[in-house]
Amino acid sequence: MQIEEKFEPTIVAFCCNWCSYAGADLSGTNRLQYPANVKIIRVPCSCRVNPMFILRAFQRGADGVILCGCHPGDCHYTTGNYYARRRMTLLFSMLDFLGIERERTRVEWVSAAEGAKFAATMNDFVATVTRLGKNRRLEDLRCKK
Amino acid sequence: MQRIGVFVCWCGSNIAATVDVKAVAEALGKEPGVVYFEDYQYMCSEEGQNKIKNAIRDYKLTGAVICSCSPRMHENTFRKAAAAAGINSFMVEIANIREQCSWIHKDKVSATEKAIILGRAAIAKVHLNAPLTAGESPVVKRALVIGGGIAGIQTALDIADAGFEVDIVEKKPTIGGKMSQIDKTFPTLDCAACILTPKMVDVAQNEKIRIFSYSEVDAVKGFVGNFKVSIRRKARFVDEVKCTGCGLCTEKCPQKKVPNEFNLGLDQRRAIYIPFAQAVPKVATIDADYCTMLKTGKCGVCSKVCAAGAIDYKQKDTFVEEEYGAIVVATGFNPIELKKYDEFAYSQSPDVITSLEFERITNAAGPTGGTLLRPSDGTHPKKIVFVQCVGSREDGGGCGKTYCSKICCMYTAKHAMLTREKYPDTEVYVFYIDVRTPGKSFDEFYRRAVEEYGVHYVKGMVGKVSPENGKLMVRASDLIEGKQLNIDADLVVLAAAIEPDQSARPLATMLTASMDTNDFFTEAHPKLRPVESPTAGIFLSGCCQGPKDIPETVAQASACAAKVIGLLAKDKLTCNACVAHSSEMLCNGCSTCEKVCPYGAISYEEKEFRMPDRTTRVRRVASVNPAVCQGCGACTVACPSGAMDLHGFSNRQIMAEVDAICK
Amino acid sequence: MQKVIREKAIELLRSGKVDRVLGWKEGEFFYDQTPHLFLSPEEVERTFVYNGFSGANLSKYLVKEGLKEGVVAVFLKPCDTYSFSQLLKEHRIARDKIWAVGIPCEGKLDIELLRKMGIRGIKTIEEKGDELLVSTIYGEKTVAKKDVLAERCANCKSRKHVLYDELLGEEGEVLDSARFDQIEKLEQMTSEERFAFWQNELSRCIRCNACRNVCPACTCEKCVFDNADSGIASKAPASSFEEQNFHIIRAFHVVGRCTDCGECSRVCPQGIPLHLINRKFIKDINAFYGAYQAGENPDERAPLTNYSTEDMEPGDVFKKGE
Repeated sequence: MQIEEKFEPTIVAFCCNWCSYAGADLSGTNRLQYPANVKIIRVPCSCRVNPMFILRAFQRGADGVILCGCHPGDCHYTTGNYYARRRMTLLFSMLDFLGIERERTRVEWVSAAEGAKFAATMNDFVATVTRLGKNRRLEDLRCKK
Repeated sequence: MQRIGVFVCWCGSNIAATVDVKAVAEALGKEPGVVYFEDYQYMCSEEGQNKIKNAIRDYKLTGAVICSCSPRMHENTFRKAAAAAGINSFMVEIANIREQCSWIHKDKVSATEKAIILGRAAIAKVHLNAPLTAGESPVVKRALVIGGGIAGIQTALDIADAGFEVDIVEKKPTIGGKMSQIDKTFPTLDCAACILTPKMVDVAQNEKIRIFSYSEVDAVKGFVGNFKVSIRRKARFVDEVKCTGCGLCTEKCPQKKVPNEFNLGLDQRRAIYIPFAQAVPKVATIDADYCTMLKTGKCGVCSKVCAAGAIDYKQKDTFVEEEYGAIVVATGFNPIELKKYDEFAYSQSPDVITSLEFERITNAAGPTGGTLLRPSDGTHPKKIVFVQCVGSREDGGGCGKTYCSKICCMYTAKHAMLTREKYPDTEVYVFYIDVRTPGKSFDEFYRRAVEEYGVHYVKGMVGKVSPENGKLMVRASDLIEGKQLNIDADLVVLAAAIEPDQSARPLATMLTASMDTNDFFTEAHPKLRPVESPTAGIFLSGCCQGPKDIPETVAQASACAAKVIGLLAKDKLTCNACVAHSSEMLCNGCSTCEKVCPYGAISYEEKEFRMPDRTTRVRRVASVNPAVCQGCGACTVACPSGAMDLHGFSNRQIMAEVDAICK
Repeated sequence: MQKVIREKAIELLRSGKVDRVLGWKEGEFFYDQTPHLFLSPEEVERTFVYNGFSGANLSKYLVKEGLKEGVVAVFLKPCDTYSFSQLLKEHRIARDKIWAVGIPCEGKLDIELLRKMGIRGIKTIEEKGDELLVSTIYGEKTVAKKDVLAERCANCKSRKHVLYDELLGEEGEVLDSARFDQIEKLEQMTSEERFAFWQNELSRCIRCNACRNVCPACTCEKCVFDNADSGIASKAPASSFEEQNFHIIRAFHVVGRCTDCGECSRVCPQGIPLHLINRKFIKDINAFYGAYQAGENPDERAPLTNYSTEDMEPGDVFKKGE
């Protein structure tokens, strides 16, 4: 009998320093479990995340990228997440347009008090991306076989 | 090539129970550039910190990676330790292997693997770290207060009391603002003038305070600690120094038909005027729109009667340039224009008035000498209808405001109560949606109006007011009784919504201070920094930030002063080290970054460059003011050319982290 | 029209009002004219052309021209004026060094479409209303103009000049264009089909950089793809980050700045419909944040430098129609 090796996706999570990174810390403090596939990169604000970082992650082998920031209206820098929201909306729509699975990218607003939401979000995202399997499309976009 | 040390913390068993710390240290020790690695039970302890310091010295480390708890916990601790050992504190990066690893995973193998990856990402970032120094900028120890109402007055007095110079810019000829027009104040019913005018005198007599009355802010340059402000002193055609305020000119001026704005146009004043008896400064002002001399060159009566020789028909606007460390916005509010509210017949009948007009009619110094008389025929009104929420709490799309104006419930209760007290034969109705009385002694006050003074409070809105035979027919619904009411009132008083003063919007643009959709200034944080604008060095006092009553305004004004004093007490400001910076060689000068900066930290300059072909070229390039930049990074992504980057979180650093994680 | 434009160019040069004229110069073949800087009336007389193949958008050249001494005259078709206006908004052009002459445009031709019809050896093309009289070395042929119109012209968005110093001919109007139809068609495909479509298109890319070099929004002092410090430049082939994502990154760089002039697709030697990527962004912006046309209004905030507290969430993009 052949045993299929379980697919372990690589997930990059960009978290803003003021809300979501603190929310992630809180889920740790509360010992709320989520898979080790998620690796967090701390940024000052969700508006610091350049679409290039997300493309880069996919290109280097990430299977899913999630961006977390303060809830709209609660940005530490007042407006950062509003700009981030527009940028990501357009980027995600474009990736979908190019045929990249839309479920591989996500934006969630997680406050410093929402440790439980952070863990739940990550559990759900990891499950979704695991279902999708290895991200091949973006890598293959320009390599027709 | 950096020489990096890796320090893995056990945090007792907090990390070590789930993460094989020795394996992590060894694995990271093999990474390029890592010349030293160590694990220890408590890295944050003194002993742990000594281990870091010693390793930095002994192994000539240029950077350190600490695998430990969240950077939100001990980043500063480790940065200080690094600095004590002689390397720049920004050469330290934390890999969060507790909150974001050991505490959330149970499987030791995968947790250890993840800790190694997080460590690798931190190492990759440190490779690209560069020493950072926070800049410093001096502070001009003087504050500017824009607006001379009770908010501006209180803030100015408090700042001056702490020993700092303050200038007040007031666009009207006198300070005092809306409070000077109010008769009595709730809930204590003391007279507004009795508590305000002594404060106005205090301002005038305070050596630290200068008043620029009849003046406006014309231009603002600079940034926190170093604002350069140009103030336009409008020509009042009277020499402020010479004028004694005797008022003779205001009695002799032949032009008597000027609507008196202080009494909201309920009576008339002369073309040369002093707004009210206790005005500060007590100096006459010529209204150029009505003065016969200024318009036709024929008159000159005021000049003839002025013993001080203060009249100067040739006076022109002048400009004062001054430097400030902090700017306080205290531009206040106005009742909204009611012309669009046809259903209340405000434009059709002089007996439909606003609450502020009611204040003037009941004020002893007002047009009726304090006797409650109808504006139309000067008779005593026997039946008065007060309508609350006129233009407040409306659905979007109407001509009013969506927000609650906050003060109307209380002043309407005050008006109703005072009317019943002075004229017990007068029937008083108040139509309301809700009565909102949160505040010290506020609800007691309202209940007194209902229970002791017999004011008829009716829940429901007034549908129509129509003037008929000298009466005002008020059609309204009583929602509790579920019936229609028809009241033949003599006077209708509208509690008009309040809105920010019209001068606030252009001022916000000058200050690069943000506003909400209602033109109220936004605070840096709605709960934790309520008296500061997100733009550093700009502070908010009074109703420019949102509707407030007098006690709240004064409290906020003093809070604002405390923040200003805190700023002015510093000789130098230490800037954020992780600020944006633009590469001049790459910048296109397109202005995109400037538009997304919430702090107005980016400006442009035309700079001469020597090009590779030895020619010189003038180029427009962005420059970031490190004293103002807060390091959010919005500009770095907006920049199309990649010229803008962020210290501490550079494009290459973040990409290196991405690469390390995705490897 | 060519005659009128030539006369204008000569007049501007003779009068000393301008020192140089930016226009189109005839090439070896009828259809391969190139943008050119004319320095004398004689040169204009000899080689200046304006016809169905004068498709090049000349606005981008003004960035460099504005740095030189003296004034340059430029002839701009309606769609080119949007690029001109956008570049001015971005402070890329010295306005006082430019004399912009708006010229009418009846739509430009796509040589590939003519070739597909089997037409070779074109000597001249005469436009007669809706028909074209094509004389080739093999004889004459008449074709319907609409069959050989470039895609961007068949779906022309505007015949109005947004900015000019003087106008030749009559002013046109903003048109109700069907330019988003093809985007919609792609949107209606399944994700797999779209991927197959783009993989097929983008795999042909040879990274010649023609699209970037011609794009009037790509005027950076130094392109991020050429800048080793940007983290995305690399000359290594195939698997590198830049290679795979070049077109997405480039499109994102010009979001809200691309006027949809269509030059990228015109110059692509591989015939990749690159404009569709940019146009998708434009369509999304219009749908999500309200109609926005880059270059139309210099005072308007671009969509990515603006926001509303009520903006949709990124996840909402996919909720529509599901």
